Amino acid sequence: MRIGIDVGGTNTDAVLMQGRQVLAEVKTPTTPDVTAGIVAALRRLVSDSSLEPAQVHAVMIGTTHFTNAVIEAKRLMPTAAVRLGLPATQALPPMVDWPERLTQAIGGHAYLCHGGHEFDGRLISPLDPDELRRVGADIADRGIRTVAISSVFSPVNQELEEQAAEIIQTEVPGVAVSLSHQIGRIGLLERENATIVNACLRDLAVSIVEAFHSALAEVGIRSPVYLSQNDGTLMSVDYAERYPVATFASGPTNSMRGAAFLSGVLDCAVIDVGGTTTDIGVLLHGFPREASIAVEIGQVRTNFRMPDVFSFGLGGGSLVSDQGQLQIGPESVGYELTSKALVFGGDVLTATDLAVAAGLADLGERARVAQVDSRLVEQGVALMQSRIAEAVDRMKTSAQPIPIVIVGGGSILLRDHVPGASEVIKPDHFAVANAIGAAIAQVGGEVDRVFSLDQMSREAALEQARAEAAQKAVAAGAREGTVNVTDVEEVPLAYLPSNATRIRVKAVGELELEAESVARSR
Amino acid sequence: MREVGEGDLEDLAIGAAVLGTGGGGNPYIGKLLAKQAIREHGPVTLVSVDEVPDEAVVVPSAMMGAPTVMVEKLPRGDEIIHAFKALEDYLGRPITHTVSIEAGGLNSTTPFSVAARMGIPLVDCDGMGRAFPEIQMVTATMYGVSATPMALADDKGNTALINTVDNRWTERLARSITIDMGATAMIALYVLTGKQLKEAMVPGTLGLAQELGSLIRQTRAAHGDAVGAILQRLNGFQIFSGKIADVRRRTEAGFAKGEARIEGIDQDAGSVLTIRFQNEHLVAIRDDRIVATVPDLIIVLEADSGEPITTEELRYGFRVAVIVTPCDARWRTPAGLALVGPRFFGYDVDYVPVEERFGSRGAAPATGL
Repeated sequence: MRIGIDVGGTNTDAVLMQGRQVLAEVKTPTTPDVTAGIVAALRRLVSDSSLEPAQVHAVMIGTTHFTNAVIEAKRLMPTAAVRLGLPATQALPPMVDWPERLTQAIGGHAYLCHGGHEFDGRLISPLDPDELRRVGADIADRGIRTVAISSVFSPVNQELEEQAAEIIQTEVPGVAVSLSHQIGRIGLLERENATIVNACLRDLAVSIVEAFHSALAEVGIRSPVYLSQNDGTLMSVDYAERYPVATFASGPTNSMRGAAFLSGVLDCAVIDVGGTTTDIGVLLHGFPREASIAVEIGQVRTNFRMPDVFSFGLGGGSLVSDQGQLQIGPESVGYELTSKALVFGGDVLTATDLAVAAGLADLGERARVAQVDSRLVEQGVALMQSRIAEAVDRMKTSAQPIPIVIVGGGSILLRDHVPGASEVIKPDHFAVANAIGAAIAQVGGEVDRVFSLDQMSREAALEQARAEAAQKAVAAGAREGTVNVTDVEEVPLAYLPSNATRIRVKAVGELELEAESVARSR
Repeated sequence: MREVGEGDLEDLAIGAAVLGTGGGGNPYIGKLLAKQAIREHGPVTLVSVDEVPDEAVVVPSAMMGAPTVMVEKLPRGDEIIHAFKALEDYLGRPITHTVSIEAGGLNSTTPFSVAARMGIPLVDCDGMGRAFPEIQMVTATMYGVSATPMALADDKGNTALINTVDNRWTERLARSITIDMGATAMIALYVLTGKQLKEAMVPGTLGLAQELGSLIRQTRAAHGDAVGAILQRLNGFQIFSGKIADVRRRTEAGFAKGEARIEGIDQDAGSVLTIRFQNEHLVAIRDDRIVATVPDLIIVLEADSGEPITTEELRYGFRVAVIVTPCDARWRTPAGLALVGPRFFGYDVDYVPVEERFGSRGAAPATGL
């Protein structure tokens, strides 16, 4: 059995699953100290299901802690950013485009050093060990305990980042090192930003992982713990302590994956209608499609692996106004829906009231919306459907109709028919889709590199990338034989006559669970 | 004459992406470079074309190379100073002004960092009134201005000075050197006198880019029609409303080539518009008939926000307005069309100005493919 936990800003959800079956689900308020909320959720889960803690083989946790720490600029460590690229790259030093508040929160320590590669693999300049030793000494003097290392074209060749890390670790014993090639893609500033963000979260990562461990210990669970990543795969807690940044945006990913699991549909659009906003994402082979453009977190531009989610201001609590032009949202009564909406005895006309008046939902007292103009109801419902249909269409990858899975409390606003949908599915357990998404996550490996097709054929390059991605998935804990390549993307690089192409391949497999594999081998 | 500070660059970068007609490189890095240079060296003095003395020595400055490399291997910062010094040594006189070679995309903001670092004024004009993929494609070529002597400089301190028999040879040799320099170089070329500048360049285009950016920002803030505002400012024509249905890309001879298929909505429902591009948009084809070509500006805007969309950003599902605006009149002469007309890019059709196709009540005489 496995437990999935989603620690959100408002609620901590937990589910107990055996195979594909949801045995129990609970929803409790998130607490400021993390541990208490998780303990409360686990206690209820244990009592609801008369579970023996020893029966739990794995616990998967999705969390928003790290994202929130960056957005609030709290609990971040003083961090050194070391970039290898001199004499190039000086014009734009590390953290050049960061908000002042965040730069100050981590001290703004930037070091430019020699190193880096050209696009074709030549060195920009050789690494200068003396220079790096001096940088290391300065970092030690300042008492900084975490370092982000980036090198030009390190996604193509990672050697220099690794060599620099070795030198700095010798100079600064016990220092935590984050390497950019492990974290981001081509695009030096964005990759470096993500690496620095990762570096400044290292202490928090250790303490959060500790909090998770002690919460589990308190209820007697001693199984391995995994954290959800933003691409729908899992990482071990050891890995999470080193790469906390990989948890960013895992919330929407888990909710989408959970929706896919509950509905059994692997290629679909997922609509998550909340109280204030609607999030729409697309699943390909059961995994969220990733955003291709730069994503900002706490006003820092990054190129994280992020799900491509389109959000807009329509939810159950959206305000309806009809002054000249009918408008629904983006303003919302939010969590006050159950006191402010007409059907709940309030005096604000909301999207929920329109849905009840139109007979789409049966909530509160229907009589309270009897006097709402029927033309307004009709037009309002039509407007909501068309806005959602348009957003779905915007997210689709082809003109073909696709299945749509709907989760979230606000889904009552939707009719069972959406234009462009081959079918519309509203699954059970939709309220805890997040925690289910965490529980069912797999492990993956990714390759994202520039290949020169002068020396090898395109097919050979793709084959090499696929094999590397599969190896990485196994290294990350996937069971051999379950690993599949889920995504292949090829981007020819403009202007380069050497016919260079960038290939991204992702492979995923089922997590190798010790207890389960023992059971199978018997 | 006016001073341009960090704050003006946001609008300028957005407007430059409009004039970039899908190409010209992502203005983000260019904007950051200009901002950083202004932060370190103070604001840039922007002068209009008629404020430049006839005897001035004006040198356009730009980044050359692959946009995909430019986002990884960032500049050292003083490359352009080396290029300018090499050119000054060769010329035997100081460079007094710099200017933008193309108003579209990345290179609209590049000269700002040059002007800030060198402490020389920047002239409000450019060599295209838009963006084009090759060095010889500037109005100055039509006036017999030579692209060379041209200086290229890299991060290591290397400079190369080339002299060529014509401007197409400049493109060829400069492209090879740029690749050896790491697929990105800072370049200084097309040395102009103030007098030549006045006749050979497209005036006011940096100011125009900034104005377009501010128009989009302000119209959007007021929930107005940003696409309409741009059309009006550029005397353009909206030729299509639709949704991106498919995008194909390939790399050929060092260029990003491809096409985007747009399915019509509203009054264009039932029709398909195909835009072919080579870094920049080249032609628009409506249901098998060409309805717009270079050198007119074929611009793709996000339908709601009016934000320009570059070819790298084109994706299925975007709702777009395709607008076409008239190019600088000189591109419409036989000499201009020989440089950048549809035939140069491999389309065997005559160029028909956009206002002749769409000018009267939108009836579009189309050219057979």
